[in-house]
Amino acid sequence: MISVKNIYKSFGKLSVLNGISCDIKDGERVAIIGPSGSGKSTLLRCLNLLEVPTRGEIWVNGSLLSGLDPYLHPELIRLSATYKKRIAAGGSDKTVISEITDGRLLGRFEGGEYRREYRRLAEQNAIDINLARRKMGMVFQHFNLFNNKTVIENLTLVPVQLGLKTRAEAEARALELLRRIGLEDKRDEYPSKLSGGQKQRVAIIRALAMDPDVLLFDEPTSALDPEMVGEVLDLMKSLAGDGMTMVIVTHEMGFAREVADRIIFVDGGKIAEEGRPDEVFGSPKNARLREFLSKVL
Amino acid sequence: MLFEDIKKILTTPELIGYVFEGFLNTLVLTVVAAAIGLVLGFVVAIVKISAENNKYMKIPAIICNLYTTVFRGTPVALQLFIMVFAVFAIPGFKPYAAIITFGINSGAYVSENIRAGISSVDVGQMEAARALGFTWNRAMINIIMPQAIKNIIPAIGNEMIALLKETSIISMVGATVGTLTFDLNAASNTVFTKVPNFLASGLIVGCFYLAIVYIMVFAIKLIEKRLRASDKR
Repeated sequence: MISVKNIYKSFGKLSVLNGISCDIKDGERVAIIGPSGSGKSTLLRCLNLLEVPTRGEIWVNGSLLSGLDPYLHPELIRLSATYKKRIAAGGSDKTVISEITDGRLLGRFEGGEYRREYRRLAEQNAIDINLARRKMGMVFQHFNLFNNKTVIENLTLVPVQLGLKTRAEAEARALELLRRIGLEDKRDEYPSKLSGGQKQRVAIIRALAMDPDVLLFDEPTSALDPEMVGEVLDLMKSLAGDGMTMVIVTHEMGFAREVADRIIFVDGGKIAEEGRPDEVFGSPKNARLREFLSKVL
Repeated sequence: MLFEDIKKILTTPELIGYVFEGFLNTLVLTVVAAAIGLVLGFVVAIVKISAENNKYMKIPAIICNLYTTVFRGTPVALQLFIMVFAVFAIPGFKPYAAIITFGINSGAYVSENIRAGISSVDVGQMEAARALGFTWNRAMINIIMPQAIKNIIPAIGNEMIALLKETSIISMVGATVGTLTFDLNAASNTVFTKVPNFLASGLIVGCFYLAIVYIMVFAIKLIEKRLRASDKR
């Protein structure tokens, strides 16, 4: 359902992601682990375009969420002036394509044919980012509940404002979710009155109130007091039990091992190793992963 | 001596009439300039904020930055002279040129107050709203502005008080009785020509300024209190 194609992300001179590709299937639970600064949070934030990748593409349910990256489309490169010039100079199709891709040789002006095809591909596959995000819930490290809204307003504001639900429907759903986490008595409190664990659980059901296809978790327990980590992880486990598609950036190795179908180990902005939890934790092949696991386990 | 002069000013209809005329004109100058300043400041602040992630706003933002730099970086008296005697050197247009100058000058400060208030809201609030599918505009209106306004109101209140007192420099470009340029400060000067005791006229006019400022402070406190009540912190 989510397809990441060769994404790069840099902030000024600092390059954080250096060519990451991966697929997340429906119903899959993927844990992204790695040392701090490895780019795992940036990778997650690229999935719903909170960070815009510098290169590469993000596809969600067959629609192109990010911009079009011409270097991922050989048929598009073949229409470019650069390609035609090099072919005329006597290169073979394969070598010219790889030269252009490796050297990133496409310029600003590559002829009308290229421009039209580029626009056609982009328009044909594009999806409005705001529509796509409705179906991609996100849970943040620092909760980010709306401080000026009560708990129930946090849960109903967006679905009602966007016309996805009537107020009555949204409130009924919100109360059902609040009951699930045992906080229905907090419905009219402001977030400042909640504990960290309560805030994060409300943040999770706020995402659920949109009936998303996938939930993205950005270190959901890192900002919590230790005694509150359990309640948040329990809620996430129960979501996993419901078959929700989840992508989780986490430092909780025990949780990742228990809940995830697949572990992605990110190091230096690249996927250094990925596989089933028993493979990754049981017999890690990558040296950096072994070193990382020896420190955190 | 002082007491008698004050009494004379207060009881002579002509003299107290000057003061009241000045009082009204000061109010008009301040209110109209404040309205211009608030609208302008709001627009400029929104342009600057939206330029952070909208490339079409980059050039308007450069213009807005130039505007705030110039109008905050030069004395308002200088701006007043240039506007009244050069840019709008049209007979009879002096009071309006002055109001426009005060409004534009105030707008530069207001825009920075609003911008600072908006950026003081945690970026996570915007991210959370966008991640749920809100557009930037909706997030701004529903989530960011209601939180920013609590920081903006006190700062804008200060700016409005400063603006009120700033209008007193209008006599530098010549105040004429019967026009809008005849403000409280000009009234004090005129009264002085009739009762040559500056302390007397100055004290009376000062009390009028003080009264307006006090009402403004009271109103700002009231608004702040109402805003705080809604977030029950």
